[in-house]
Amino acid sequence: MTTVLDPTNEATPTQIDPAMRPESLAGLTVGLLDISKPRGDIFLNRVEERLTALGSTVKRYKKPTFAKPAPVDLRHEIASQCDAVIEALAD
Amino acid sequence: MVTPPPLSAGLVAFVKRDCETCKLVDPVLGAIANSEPLTVYTQDDVSFPTSVAAVDDLALEMSWHHNIETVPTLIRVDANGVEEERIVGWSRDQWQAFTGNMELGITLPGFRPGCGSLSVDPSRADELNARMGGSGLVTRRVDFAELEDDFEAMYDRGWSDGLPLVPPTEARVLRMLDDTTRSASDIVANVAPDLIDVTVEKIAVNAVMAGCKPEYLPVVIAAVEAICTDEFNIHGLLATTMSVGPVFVVNGPIRKQLGMNSGINVFGQGNRANLTIGRAVQLIVRNVGGGRPGGVDRATQGSPAKIGLAFPEDEEGTPWISLAEERGMEPGVNAITALCLEGPRLIVDQLSRTPESLTNNIAECLMTTHSKRMVYGIDALLVLSPEHMSRYIDAGWDRARFRAELEERLMVNTDDIIRGTGGIDEGLPADFAGMQLPKFRPGGLHIAHAGGPAGLFSSVFAGWVSGEKGSVPVTKEITP
Repeated sequence: MTTVLDPTNEATPTQIDPAMRPESLAGLTVGLLDISKPRGDIFLNRVEERLTALGSTVKRYKKPTFAKPAPVDLRHEIASQCDAVIEALAD
Repeated sequence: MVTPPPLSAGLVAFVKRDCETCKLVDPVLGAIANSEPLTVYTQDDVSFPTSVAAVDDLALEMSWHHNIETVPTLIRVDANGVEEERIVGWSRDQWQAFTGNMELGITLPGFRPGCGSLSVDPSRADELNARMGGSGLVTRRVDFAELEDDFEAMYDRGWSDGLPLVPPTEARVLRMLDDTTRSASDIVANVAPDLIDVTVEKIAVNAVMAGCKPEYLPVVIAAVEAICTDEFNIHGLLATTMSVGPVFVVNGPIRKQLGMNSGINVFGQGNRANLTIGRAVQLIVRNVGGGRPGGVDRATQGSPAKIGLAFPEDEEGTPWISLAEERGMEPGVNAITALCLEGPRLIVDQLSRTPESLTNNIAECLMTTHSKRMVYGIDALLVLSPEHMSRYIDAGWDRARFRAELEERLMVNTDDIIRGTGGIDEGLPADFAGMQLPKFRPGGLHIAHAGGPAGLFSSVFAGWVSGEKGSVPVTKEITP
């Protein structure tokens, strides 16, 4: 029998359930995160129009660069200010 | 450390059949056994010696625990199992004095040196140290079943980049760790995307799998330090759909010490260090960081260079300062530079005989990296071949002169690359018209020297989103 050393991080995967999906967005605060890709704002402007028509309050956020993860402070700001978030992933 | 298994009181001998001196003393051992308690451990053959029954030590457990370096070794043990004295090899006078039997071995030669104990044989020692000594390694052990093929078992567990891996046994990992002065438990970096602290030990495990020799380990450690920085941003270049990966340039005397290839086929196959150092880093990103193709690695097409590409600069073939020196390292310092790049692409110029002509052509080629319409945002690494380099050496151009002349020729007239020009939708927005922009940001063109002695071909590796918003090359000193 061969015994080897585990090359992985040995971390046990953590099961995280997705947040509960609201039945309606009416009356909720929805964050729109622009990742700074070109033309992402065009898409999000339209999403904002539609959400506003549904009765949502829309807050806009922007990552400093699409090439790096969103800073932790920005993630916290969104989590504490919004009921839901939509991220525009690409151009 | 495990407590050594005790020896029996009286005399204890360690022998092996594959030792002429042990065969010589075979009848002597029988004579001793007739007069006092004697335990004989045999290392290679349970039917040896013939004059007295031997205890099987083919696993070398007793030999290892009692630090047997030579056979025969004769040890006197007191009633409490504590060693009092030992002699090695055959010396009639010594053995007679040791046993008090002055008739012992009188027909034998007076002296014969002993042989090496199997427990210190170089081919066995690492495995024995790992098995007996308590290695101190904390990595989880994974057992493969008897019916599993070791190599298939590693594929099955998802550890491979697609190529076979060297099984990272404890003995191999310990041997790898011999070549760093750092403690196995030292945390080297935090590896994205899973943001896991990686230790020297875990780097060594992956370096073994990649096929690295132990002396490569300090280079791999420095490379991991380089990519796991906010500037280099391994997370970003992993996640991007662009087909780039970490490419490493090695400078300093360690290039020669490791036998790295800076000459013929420098970016290709054929050199163990060139191929396995970069591969070890990519295995760490995969196995420790959790960055895998199709997972966080979203590259549209990828590149063979992403399997792992490190190469040394040819420092001896040019009077120019090295890439590492241009990036601030002292001459003669071992350093590794991590750059975010695609694979190499040829620059062909077989007719230029003046530095001006060659520079014109190189500039024209560089203008097309990724797209002629892409300016300022993407870095590149230009690797001049020796024959192209000789144009500049002959003309007395140094690195600074070459860079200045090249950058002068790398200004882009934005009118040529506005969206829609030339029947091409890609390009700059119309409000950029009428400008002169540099193809590369200041400091965004990196220059190195490598390749075989013949061939009027250089190479360029283009990069990714450059600067603080993307990836900045990082140079780290390689320390023992």
